[in-house]
Amino acid sequence: MSGKNAPYELPIGPIHPSLKEPVNFTFKMNGEVIEKVDFSPGRSHRGIEWMGMRRNPVQILHLCDRICGICGVAHALVFAQAVETIADVNVPDRAYYVRTIIAEFERIQSHLLWAGVAAHELGFDTLFYLAWQIREESVDVIEYITGNRVNYGIMMVGGTRRDITPDMFPRLEQALQYYEGLFEKMVNLFLNDKTIAMRCKNTGILTKRRALELATVGPTSRASGLAMDVRVDSPYAAYGDLDIDIILPEVYSSETIGDVYDRIVVRIFEVKQSIDIIRQCMKQMPEGPVLAEEKYAKLLLNLKKASGETFARVEAPRGEDMHYLRMNGKQEAPEMWKVKASTYSNQMAWVEILQGEQIADIPIIVASIDPCMSCTDRVAVVNQEGDAGILTKEYLHRLSVEKTRRMEL
Amino acid sequence: MRATMTPQELADRFVQKFGSLVSDVRVQERCEGVKKLPQKTVWMTIPRETINEAIAELISIDYPHLGVIAASDNGDMIDLLYHLQVFFGGKHEEISVVFTVQVPKSDPRVSTISGLIPGAVYSEREKQDMMGVTVDGIPDARRIFLPDDFPENVYPWRKDEKGIPQSMVKELWKIDRPTDRPVPPVKELEPVLKKEPEPDDPSAGGAAE
Repeated sequence: MSGKNAPYELPIGPIHPSLKEPVNFTFKMNGEVIEKVDFSPGRSHRGIEWMGMRRNPVQILHLCDRICGICGVAHALVFAQAVETIADVNVPDRAYYVRTIIAEFERIQSHLLWAGVAAHELGFDTLFYLAWQIREESVDVIEYITGNRVNYGIMMVGGTRRDITPDMFPRLEQALQYYEGLFEKMVNLFLNDKTIAMRCKNTGILTKRRALELATVGPTSRASGLAMDVRVDSPYAAYGDLDIDIILPEVYSSETIGDVYDRIVVRIFEVKQSIDIIRQCMKQMPEGPVLAEEKYAKLLLNLKKASGETFARVEAPRGEDMHYLRMNGKQEAPEMWKVKASTYSNQMAWVEILQGEQIADIPIIVASIDPCMSCTDRVAVVNQEGDAGILTKEYLHRLSVEKTRRMEL
Repeated sequence: MRATMTPQELADRFVQKFGSLVSDVRVQERCEGVKKLPQKTVWMTIPRETINEAIAELISIDYPHLGVIAASDNGDMIDLLYHLQVFFGGKHEEISVVFTVQVPKSDPRVSTISGLIPGAVYSEREKQDMMGVTVDGIPDARRIFLPDDFPENVYPWRKDEKGIPQSMVKELWKIDRPTDRPVPPVKELEPVLKKEPEPDDPSAGGAAE
């Protein structure tokens, strides 16, 4: 309970519309400084695993599309891989490349979406509008390939449901050139900006050691200098055929601190990497079909007979996604299905990186691990008498903007 | 370059160290892409008392990344599967290690590994919530995903009588209008008559000039 003396208790959340884990934070505040952090996720747990254990693999695949609105392809891809391993499905080589291209366009749109949100949290709204405007191009291309902007529905057990034909390459190339042309500008705007550097450098530091111990994944761990990327470590889809390296903050900064700034560096340079990966894929794509078994009834019959256990992993835009699957060959539905999304692994880092920071830094630090945003939609401050004062997101956002202004003076 | 080992060497090292405590050792490779580079996995079953020693042994090889602790209801037993990765950061060198720990449903307890891997608390709390496995020594035993008003002794991932009872399942397609309240008096809409356009009246409105 919060008393009249410091530390005061400051709860934040739980409003978090787009991920499985909306979060309720409780901060112990001493003045402006955060002394202790606690969080409780699970505010909109939808029981997807429970639902999955009562459905057949093809139905689950489409459920996977809906686990996250941003990483729409990552979960479907990793689930398809798990089923293919158990049922011994031979995926055509071309399908690996189609999967890779879509996954990389998804990374571009996810990182740009994040970059925009980060800019907004700092009070840099012109940059937010710019980032989201240029993000549209990747979403358009995804729509061009799959037919949908979100919930793509393109994965299938044994391949993909649609091909990317050579006559579609010019449109893809056009998008890649668009991003290439903008890359220098984005680097300049995000990384050479005085305001962003002031607010993000040495803020929310996660050391390499702690990144490892807390089992963080993706850009969050890479920004702390922890070289870890499923695409390189355990290559899946077409990544094993491509020339890719793990992006660490060293690509831009001389030293790795593991702060919010380094997380921006990693994400911005991963966009460039994705452009390169898509180019390589288009060049190397083998001929052939993209789906192992086109008749769903036959596919389902084969899957029903499959038994065994396995797990599969992919590098989603936010980090490692992992599905554990066990099938017993007696029923269509899997015996066990466990989904591990990337934010699941990264949340423990919040406790670490928020400690000792200020209230005004909460939005950007919480955003820096790229959870699905809007954690900070509503903040309720309850004093001992029980009066509740509500701090709106606008208020918090204004605090953040004011801090930026103060620093500029 | 740091020293790595093959999956078989890693498996052998565990067999050598723990002897008959390690059972059902499987080395699995899964290949994708045109080059068919392998994703390497070592599966091992170990007794629950040995989990901390096994993870300590893995740490002495290379500090692992804990993916997740999965769990599966296996009839009389609950399988806990610790998914760990070592040797990441190099190119295609990573090995996944899965420790399967079986705990009987009559005494579903396992000791925490958070002393060795602090990040494991999150996944262990989830196992308490979803599977009803008590994690001994867990630093934070609160519920994580389930709401506070969720009934005790119901565990969503269980396949037995402790699983979600049918009474808790809402079949959305079955839900009809509530019967305990009066039917709302919705009147049939009256057809709206189109008004005849009024003849031009210079005094009525018009542009404010």
